[in-house]
Amino acid sequence: MTHDSMRRKYEPRQAVPKSERQATSAMIASLAAEGYDTVAAPFGHALVDLAKRDERIVGLSADLSKYTDLHVFANAMPDRFYQMGMAEQVLMSAASGLAREGFIPFATTYAVFAARRAYDFIAMAIAEENLAVKIVCALPGLTTGYGPSHQATEDIAIFRGLPNLTIVDPCDADDVADMVPEIAAHPGPVYARLLRGKVPSVLRRHKPDYRFQLGKAQTIREGRDVLVISTGFMTMRALDAAVQLEKDGVDVGVLHVPTIKPLDRDTILAEARKGGRLVVTAENHSVVGGLGEAVASLLMTNGVTPQFRMIGLPDAFLEAGALPTLHHMYGLSVDRVVESIKGWVGE
Amino acid sequence: MDNRRFDNMSLERRAWNIRRKALRMGEVQGQGYIGQALGIADVLAASFFHALNHRPDDPEWEGRDRFLLSIGHYAIALYAALIEAGILPEDELETYGMDDSRMPMSGMASYTPGMEITGGSLGHGLGIAVGMAMGLKRKDNPAFVYNLMSDGELGEGSTWEAAMSAVQHGLGNLICLVDFNDQQADGKATEALARVPEEGKWAAFGWHTQRVDGNDMAAVVAALDAARAEPGDRPRVIIFDTLMCKGVDFLEARESAHFVRVDPDEWARALETLDAGMPE
Repeated sequence: MTHDSMRRKYEPRQAVPKSERQATSAMIASLAAEGYDTVAAPFGHALVDLAKRDERIVGLSADLSKYTDLHVFANAMPDRFYQMGMAEQVLMSAASGLAREGFIPFATTYAVFAARRAYDFIAMAIAEENLAVKIVCALPGLTTGYGPSHQATEDIAIFRGLPNLTIVDPCDADDVADMVPEIAAHPGPVYARLLRGKVPSVLRRHKPDYRFQLGKAQTIREGRDVLVISTGFMTMRALDAAVQLEKDGVDVGVLHVPTIKPLDRDTILAEARKGGRLVVTAENHSVVGGLGEAVASLLMTNGVTPQFRMIGLPDAFLEAGALPTLHHMYGLSVDRVVESIKGWVGE
Repeated sequence: MDNRRFDNMSLERRAWNIRRKALRMGEVQGQGYIGQALGIADVLAASFFHALNHRPDDPEWEGRDRFLLSIGHYAIALYAALIEAGILPEDELETYGMDDSRMPMSGMASYTPGMEITGGSLGHGLGIAVGMAMGLKRKDNPAFVYNLMSDGELGEGSTWEAAMSAVQHGLGNLICLVDFNDQQADGKATEALARVPEEGKWAAFGWHTQRVDGNDMAAVVAALDAARAEPGDRPRVIIFDTLMCKGVDFLEARESAHFVRVDPDEWARALETLDAGMPE
């Protein structure tokens, strides 16, 4: 006897015309953003630069250095690099031990393995004692086509409940590079979502003097009709969508929130209070427990009640496939963001 | 080594003092993991008064040997040892497990001087010890890291990740102490996951391995000495076979002793029984 939910359905999961089919995005794939320059391995290079100035920096990987860009650091500073093998629990425990001895360990793996497999070790060995471990994880949210085993669609929800832990979701190559010294300088533990490989450089194209600041939300683009409050690479999507929407007469502002915890409450409240705009949150994460719900809670508890909508991944285990296909399917593509906002503005 | 100043009192007497302090703490609370404390007292006495290099007046001294209590619920035993060693004041003994105490029921680093880590989520200590041993090597600090864990923790997968890692990284400055009393929450460890003898597992993982009677002071001391003296970069483990409630015969005889039940009128009797066996 087979339970209904266990019964396999061997039909193709997506109805995509043959001419439009794309190959599954590999784990090492870079995130594409049309029309922007890219930077190779911004995390690895930024960590090498920092480690040259600060001898406390060490790097640890659980057999994924090539897929987190930590190999750049490992090659440049082999004596500062620890290969921990495929063992995420001791990866986090050992990072905790190194932090106790005065080092600043950057512990890297995939977001799914940190959030799901190593959670107790992050909670008790690192966060409870407020130790300076920097957990930097590739494949956040929907950035691989390998399916739920590799898609960390609920990592922020898992980590938001953990006291002491700062959570960062950078948007682009500059955010990734600039967050490295900032999170290292922060005295407590940090969980950072990583974009690796060839990473687009986006934010300074829209706002030349932009620079990542830990804990700060920053307006990248002003707009009278809609305020998008976004994090991670969804800020890229929001900015591109804003350019398209401008042609249709919809003026969209974008507030980039790369630090999800602690939330920059003052800036978000001040922006949301500005005159009658539709407020839309956008994140590369489940709509459960991420930025959207954090902002909703902040606004509600402060009596700020604009028209409010959320863009994010559904509360579901997602399909496998090519990233552009999946981003379109789940509403994270520029076109789908444009479509969503247009629909809400017209309500 | 700093511990030489303690030489005027026998280690057996130190162990007895630790047992007595633990019993007094148990009496205050009317409960506690007293069985474990009585069982591990000899290992703690030999650690704090023979093996460990430490300064009681400076528990964060950079040159100290680190002593990690992975088993948070053994805190009552470590508090007794820390008081005996002069790291905690004796007059705090009666606060054990009370509101506002620095000695909570399960050991936490932020509460207690001398408590290196927050244990209690079992299977954490050895991995943290791996990182501290790596860190000490990076700093050319010759101190050892000791991790005290229980036989129950041998069931945690993280213990074996850490065991492999210690060998891979050549952590000869790491000494793991396993209290094998063959008791865990639901019964015997050997009837849970410890069916295969432990020393063979550790040896196969590449550790320098010893197994001794953890209530025989001469054997405990010899094992600690051998672990420290062992040349090379293999991590070291000592499996101590101990008897729950050692030193209080009517409790030793009590079955299912993970959380040994002691009735209100029995604490005084336990202290009397222990006192009758006071060593020189």
